[in-house]
Amino acid sequence: MRKKFMGFALALGMALSSGMVSANTGSLYDQLGGKESIRTVMDDFVARVKADPRIGDQFQNTDANRLASQLTDQVCEATGGPCKYVGLDMKAAHAGMTITKAHFNALVEVLVASMNAKGVPFDLQTDILALLAPMHRDVITVR
Amino acid sequence: MTGLLSAPAFAATGKLVLTGGVSTIEGAAGGGLTPWAVIGTQATENEWGIAANITQARTDDYTVDTQGLTFAWDERIEFSLGSQTLDTGITGTALGLPGLDLEQTIVGVKYRLFGEAVLDSDTWLPQVSVGLQHKRLDAAGLEPTLNALGAEDSGTDAYISATKLFLKQGVLVNGTLRATKANQNGFLGFGSRLGGDDTDYELMPEFSVAKLLKDNLAIGAEYRFMPNKLEAAGRAAGLGNGLAADDWMDIFVAWAPTKNVSLTAAYVDLGRIVPGTTNGRDQTGVYLSAQFAF
Repeated sequence: MRKKFMGFALALGMALSSGMVSANTGSLYDQLGGKESIRTVMDDFVARVKADPRIGDQFQNTDANRLASQLTDQVCEATGGPCKYVGLDMKAAHAGMTITKAHFNALVEVLVASMNAKGVPFDLQTDILALLAPMHRDVITVR
Repeated sequence: MTGLLSAPAFAATGKLVLTGGVSTIEGAAGGGLTPWAVIGTQATENEWGIAANITQARTDDYTVDTQGLTFAWDERIEFSLGSQTLDTGITGTALGLPGLDLEQTIVGVKYRLFGEAVLDSDTWLPQVSVGLQHKRLDAAGLEPTLNALGAEDSGTDAYISATKLFLKQGVLVNGTLRATKANQNGFLGFGSRLGGDDTDYELMPEFSVAKLLKDNLAIGAEYRFMPNKLEAAGRAAGLGNGLAADDWMDIFVAWAPTKNVSLTAAYVDLGRIVPGTTNGRDQTGVYLSAQFAF
């Protein structure tokens, strides 16, 4: 059975290295198609968030245009684009709100739905999610 | 993100897909053959969740049916119940026990110690959990044989699992170390005494790797080292290597058509299972599983 395990180990190594070694060139920002493309996704995202039965209430009084603009700047900057997010940091922006992990996960789910709807390739989606997911530490207020 | 492994993992509010794993044959959340450190169901922090699964594995000579229930609280603790039936097929017939079914009940608990397998994508720190699985076998007509070999009819496995989703790469890796004395997962009892006492726990590593292809589709492979305590007893009983056991492995594809449903199909290779009555064949075949979360 050791022989079988070596085959498994080899397959594992290949899967990992193929995932780790990216052949992509250019910044994630460029691969996403620049600021306009990001804004298209964020407009869709904000509309979906406001309509979402799980989290929509919390965005009832949020200015959709302003939020989409801020999110666009944030993602643009995080992905290596020429933008500067000037809003509150994540902790301050969510202080006083009741945000559970379920809310945070719902937000991620909606973002994935928007990226799917706007045709963002899955490997770029995971790149973006990997940048944003650690924000759960600051965004979630109810542990 | 994720769909797969956890589509089942989304509750009304819920958890990200893929984060709850699918159901293992033993009931705990994980891959198909190996428990992971993830806590199953759709429940996330401060939530209860329930998931149910039904699985069938068919190899050259045997069929194993499993039904399982998983309860989880707060992404902290998971309780599982598994009911397994192995149709002994040609082996039962060869032993003069045609139609023999071996039935096993597995009660499991898993506790997350630390870590966030999915969202902590800026660290290498995995999610780590520990678990226990108490297994009770009803061997029916085979019981006198297992008694003669000195195999107990119940046993408890203990394990520790570390799971990490490398989110950027879409690659999930799990390693589990299990202390067990189970023969063929418990279907042939626990430990053996004939031909020299072999009733100690052994540490068996188990590995899983999965690659997310889409937000609701993943492929992967698992490898589970298995004890081989009955081979010596079989030799002492004059069966040669007729009771030898091998490691288990599978290659799977998992798909979550909706948030609450995940389907897994796999090719499994369970190695030899009672080779004395199956011409020494490796038991390869197909594994199909469906999981539903509530």
